[in-house]
Amino acid sequence: MFNASLKQLSTQLAERKISSVELTKEFLQRIKTLNAEYNAFITVNEALSLAQAQNADQIIAAGQANKLTGIPIAQKDIFCAKDWLTTCGSKMLSNFVSPYDAGVIERFNQIGAVNIGKTNMDEFAMGSSNETSFYGPVRNPWDVAAVPGGSSGGSASAVAARLAPAATGTDTGGSIRQPAALCGISGIKPTYGLVSRYGMIAFASSLDQGGPMAKSAEDLALMLGVMTGFDARDSTSLQRDSEDYTRDLEKPLSGLRIGLPKEYFAKGMSKDVECAVEQALDEYRKLGAEMVEVSLPNSQLSIPVYYVLAPAEASSNLSRFDGVRYGHRAKSYDDLNDMYRKSRAEGFGAEVKRRILIGTYVLSHGYYDAYYIKAQKVRRLITQDFVDAFKQCDIMMGPTSPTVAFNIGEKSSDPIQMYLSDIYTSAASLAGLPGMSVPIGFGDKNRPVGLHIIGNYFKEAQMLNVAHQYQLVTDWHQRLPTGID
Amino acid sequence: MQWEIVIGIETHAQLTTQSKIFSGSSIAYGAKPNTQANTVDLALPGVLPVLNKGAVERAIKLGLSVGAKINSPSIFARKNYFYPDLPKGYQISQYELPIVEGGCIKIQTGETEKTIHLTRAHLEEDAGKSLHEDFQGMSGIDLNRAGTPLLEIVTEPDMRSSTEAVVYAKTLHSLVRWIGICDGNMQEGSFRCDANVSVRPKGSETLGTRCEIKNLNSFRFLEKAIDFEARRQIEILEDGGSIRQETRLYDANKDETRSMRSKEDANDYRYFPDPDLLPLEIAESWVNQLNDALPELPEARRSRYMTDFGLSAYDATVLTSAREIAEYFENTLERLPGQAKLCANWIMGEISGRLNKDDTEITACPISPTQLAALLSRISDGTISGKAAKIVFESMWNGELDQNADAIIEAKGLKQISDDGAIEKMVDEVLAANAQQVADYRNGKEKAFNSLVGQVMKATKGKANPMQVNEILKKKLQT
Repeated sequence: MFNASLKQLSTQLAERKISSVELTKEFLQRIKTLNAEYNAFITVNEALSLAQAQNADQIIAAGQANKLTGIPIAQKDIFCAKDWLTTCGSKMLSNFVSPYDAGVIERFNQIGAVNIGKTNMDEFAMGSSNETSFYGPVRNPWDVAAVPGGSSGGSASAVAARLAPAATGTDTGGSIRQPAALCGISGIKPTYGLVSRYGMIAFASSLDQGGPMAKSAEDLALMLGVMTGFDARDSTSLQRDSEDYTRDLEKPLSGLRIGLPKEYFAKGMSKDVECAVEQALDEYRKLGAEMVEVSLPNSQLSIPVYYVLAPAEASSNLSRFDGVRYGHRAKSYDDLNDMYRKSRAEGFGAEVKRRILIGTYVLSHGYYDAYYIKAQKVRRLITQDFVDAFKQCDIMMGPTSPTVAFNIGEKSSDPIQMYLSDIYTSAASLAGLPGMSVPIGFGDKNRPVGLHIIGNYFKEAQMLNVAHQYQLVTDWHQRLPTGID
Repeated sequence: MQWEIVIGIETHAQLTTQSKIFSGSSIAYGAKPNTQANTVDLALPGVLPVLNKGAVERAIKLGLSVGAKINSPSIFARKNYFYPDLPKGYQISQYELPIVEGGCIKIQTGETEKTIHLTRAHLEEDAGKSLHEDFQGMSGIDLNRAGTPLLEIVTEPDMRSSTEAVVYAKTLHSLVRWIGICDGNMQEGSFRCDANVSVRPKGSETLGTRCEIKNLNSFRFLEKAIDFEARRQIEILEDGGSIRQETRLYDANKDETRSMRSKEDANDYRYFPDPDLLPLEIAESWVNQLNDALPELPEARRSRYMTDFGLSAYDATVLTSAREIAEYFENTLERLPGQAKLCANWIMGEISGRLNKDDTEITACPISPTQLAALLSRISDGTISGKAAKIVFESMWNGELDQNADAIIEAKGLKQISDDGAIEKMVDEVLAANAQQVADYRNGKEKAFNSLVGQVMKATKGKANPMQVNEILKKKLQT
């Protein structure tokens, strides 16, 4: 049962072959047994999960079930969930029990899905390896020596190890796609504004976007249908009609124009990743797609631009963690400023501090124009590149990450190398475009490789179709890490 | 040396919305601490601001009534600094593109009119309150006020005296209440002024170094603080010193300003556009709609009172100092056509004086415009004297006889004697009884005349029409 698709689980629940309580217990048991190895969850709360499962069983019995009613979903610990410890991977919030539900959590609750636990993540979503978490690094189920990627590493690891049927993640510069690639699962970051940011603890507001992580494109489509929708409490939420993201899954791909940004196929990609990507593209050719070379001339600036804008917003977003109203406060201090200084020095980890410093610097008087304003201008150029490229193609493809999962500790002392993990994903984030990653095989040390699919604005259904058609003819997404059975 | 004082004013006007600028919490004054602070106001992790349309509407109204440009888009920006009563660690304000830009306000000092130019007006949220008393060794934080919508209205350095500054502040105060965007309650902090003061040698074109004075919560303090600050700066400059740009606090108890922080100590606020709020676009149709719904403004009404009713600039200014007063005046005048000056005198005199004494507003005036008009019509038709009218007024104020002026006049026997025959009879009697004074008058003693008038008035118990008494007495004495 733990390896079943969302659709299969839904059918089983609807036919009363299994109850939500039984299903929830099964996954809670798996977490109990395996989480020590992967550290994918920060918080598990059996009582809360089982209460939701009981409620779900009643909804099902009343014949009011939605497709995901009663199915356990792992929630990234960045989403505030009422009565749940919500830490965002930080010591700063290690005592924060949320009094309210995030928009995304609310949507899952409304359809009677079960929150199976809060997943580990890089502290405040700042990281690409899940090593910055106050709760310790998450391990990659394909190789416990390897990182799962980040920042949604806990969610990726949980799905890969089948500790949850599906999970939520958030993506600011690649935080859904890169860990999905490194853990051999599927993940999609939708168009900016589709998923409510209300209650999703902010890292970089203009980039943050929630999205699902799951075993297949089909599962993602079901999850996305629940997660998206207008939320008046988020001013950047888009007012659009709700969509059935499964509607185009079965469409044939003949005539699909796949754009290959030449900059993404130049240097930087490791051989094993390149090999897997080429094979995947061959598969798409067989499915009737044609390849078009496109260019994103400013994309090489996306990492520097990202590392000006995201820290700038973060430095301000994280100011509320001051020890005054909630969260960590130093035990002893001399005066107000000392309280601020000590609470923040103790509450934040090194990477978060680094980004607050960078962000504070680029917003400072005298540097603002040179960094922040300049970066905003380049951001527009990067966006324009995509607009131009999408005139020649329907969808774009490339590698999600330049390498397979690296070892824990390998890059943690070299922030620049770490930041380059997101070299292929951050441009789409800056443009607000949807991006996804699907597993396409294995590279060095038998670690998974992901294919990055970039769609045009609001083309999530098409992207899921493109991924699903590939998954119908390949079985990479069904492979299980050793020991997961 | 002759010095010129240069003043610019920044006003924080609290807007009359029901709820906060970025959350649904109430902004009602006086609630228990932190009972009007929801998840957004507390800046819990993950919460986001949602702009209150009512606040935008009020900002637009102000912009329209001062002839300013309504910017679309305008941008909300974050002003970053740490303070316990600033829950997010930043204040959402507007920086580079405020919603209102330019415009002007005409002020009237005595009979002179002057134009004060506005730089801008921008929307922002208020901070909470730190309570330093009541807690031993600790401070309490009340976030009820956090997120209250404010419109910060900034002038150019156009004022040249504390008097002008006060008149400007009063004119703005009257305008914001007139158009209903702010209740103007200064005690509760709904209307707060900061003054930027500098001095320069008279005739100089360059501005001196300015100091910003904060905490001016009454017009009187505004005036006193500017006067003190200008004197302080002039003294320093005359002693050969120079002014340090700084923020100063006015201490009303000591009547002085003192340094709060210098420019060097000022925070680098690291303003940047708030990514949680998209650029604010305002539809022209909405602006037009608000413009059409705007009431006749005090400035327009003031000049109308002068041209249509022949009132002085002073009278017109006082009557248009609040919309309610103007309405009261017009409602009275409507029932007493052509008697604008009489109405004005009574409203500015008796009514206003009595309201002040009872510490109440014209909206709570016990005498209605209709009732006042009924009283005044009895003055103008000669039924009662002005002096008697004041007695009637007092009775009406106290609610006697259904506030019916005629009934009170009747009951108190205040009707003037205007019958020539009756007055002549009295005059004859007085003349007969005061032969000596008659003689004195005829010998050129003018004072004797007044004494004779007094005698007649006394004989009629003050009810004789004094003008008639004068006339008849003069006639009799000349024959």
